[in-house]
Amino acid sequence: MIGFQTLLLKEILRFWKVGFQTVAAPVLTALLYLFIFSHVMSGSNAAFPGITYEQFLIPGLAMMSMLQNAFANTSSSLIQSKITGNILFILLPPLSHWNFYGAYLIAAVVRALAVGLGVFLVGIFVANVPVHSVVWIVVFALLGSGLLAALGLIAGLWADKFDQLAAFQNFIIMPLTFLSGVFYSIRSLPDFWQGLSHVNPFFYMIDGFRYGFFGKADVSVWLSFGVTAGAFFCLSVVTLYLLKSGYKLRQ
Amino acid sequence: MKAAIEVQGVEKRFGSFVALAGISVSIAQGEFFALLGPNGAGKTTLISALAGLTRASAGTLRVMGHDVVSDYRAARRALGIVPQEIVFDPFFSVRETLRFQAGYFGIARGAALDNWIDELLAKLSLSDKADQNMRQLSGGMKRRVLVAQALVHRPPVIVLDEPTAGVDVELRQTLWAFIRELNAAGHTILLTTHYLEEAQQLCSRIAMMKLGKIVAMDTTDHLLNAFSERVLRVKIDGDLPASQAQARTRHAGAWHHFTIHDLSEVETRLAALREAGAHITNLEVAEPDLEEVFINVMNK
Repeated sequence: MIGFQTLLLKEILRFWKVGFQTVAAPVLTALLYLFIFSHVMSGSNAAFPGITYEQFLIPGLAMMSMLQNAFANTSSSLIQSKITGNILFILLPPLSHWNFYGAYLIAAVVRALAVGLGVFLVGIFVANVPVHSVVWIVVFALLGSGLLAALGLIAGLWADKFDQLAAFQNFIIMPLTFLSGVFYSIRSLPDFWQGLSHVNPFFYMIDGFRYGFFGKADVSVWLSFGVTAGAFFCLSVVTLYLLKSGYKLRQ
Repeated sequence: MKAAIEVQGVEKRFGSFVALAGISVSIAQGEFFALLGPNGAGKTTLISALAGLTRASAGTLRVMGHDVVSDYRAARRALGIVPQEIVFDPFFSVRETLRFQAGYFGIARGAALDNWIDELLAKLSLSDKADQNMRQLSGGMKRRVLVAQALVHRPPVIVLDEPTAGVDVELRQTLWAFIRELNAAGHTILLTTHYLEEAQQLCSRIAMMKLGKIVAMDTTDHLLNAFSERVLRVKIDGDLPASQAQARTRHAGAWHHFTIHDLSEVETRLAALREAGAHITNLEVAEPDLEEVFINVMNK
């Protein structure tokens, strides 16, 4: 247990020591999105009756930032350790694949929650966002950032250089997040794009998270929960299998 | 008493390349053992297999009786490894690095750990660097931290993979004094090095590897006696008398080499040279040399 706790503490301190870059910067980016989009879209029809565009946007931005930062935390930590060689320090001790998975995942979730909370706190200065269900907010925040943290672990294990990781981030994570309904309700899309959004797991994370604030969503919150929890479970199984087999860590 | 390191029939293949071709070696507790060989001989692969960084294609490896695969937790707890490459985590200070490394091995934070870290830092002349970030240290200091990291969980078996490569004389002396002390206290030491004089001075037993196999393994004294000889080097003014040329093994300029088996032969050889009319201006007796043993074994 001490081994796991130590690795968790190390992973948390790793991002906390560069908190400007890992927490403050994503909050600022989200704030800029919020100012620009709310200015441009001001007065446009909100997705749900009685909810302004600014109110609609804040939970989506918070979730998008959480997802991106959870992925960035595990993937960048792993690739940096692999490339600099200091991954050795955690391969030599008697840490299990569960220790490895748990510590990296929880640290990434902690960073994601710090960023999400930051975005939410600055967001409420712009618009008053209601809270319908704290439980759903927390469930989707944890599951969503856990899912992306596991995906970050897979990407970090797979990538041999920063280029490959950047490609993963720019060509998979970014399009999926931007096309998940952060900035709009998918109901406003033509049928084809609406159908396509329904196969994007990021859509369910954002939609379920937003339900926690407004009590309204594009699809049933239970469907969103099922997809998010199922995807988290599947990616966790894959991650644990890769860690146990020593994929690209032990020859 | 169980062996500190027990390697039985270990093979490692990377595709068609055979890195280890059936290695067997047993290192007793308290031994100071050297593993020598040219680059690519398989020394680091063997150490990696011992540490669980590489999985052997065949054979078994045990550390203090614990199998490195089926009982990896106990095996890794018993092993401290100083890697060949200088690696560090740029986010943390020396003290943080050591606390984390101890924690990974299940050692709780507290006064006992801090005292041990202070002792390690003092032994490795790092006390004044304890709170500096790893990035601020010189290469030699980073290597000392790697040594401290390998020792922070107090392993009974210590593996040093070329620990003095590119290291200044002062650090070498500090390091070897400390490692000798640990060995005297009962720790088993496995050393790989390209500095053969270090292995000769420090190690009681030596194995030499070539192309993934152990080609010689014996006590240091036996290896020196079996593959190297004591040499009398004599500097002569003018030519070596023809009557003495047959006994000469080689010569370099005015220096002529004669093999001697014990020191009493020195006087006999010098008398014979003088009698033959040689004018001796200088002489020295060279003891058996591990470098010569190494070259002889590798060229066999």
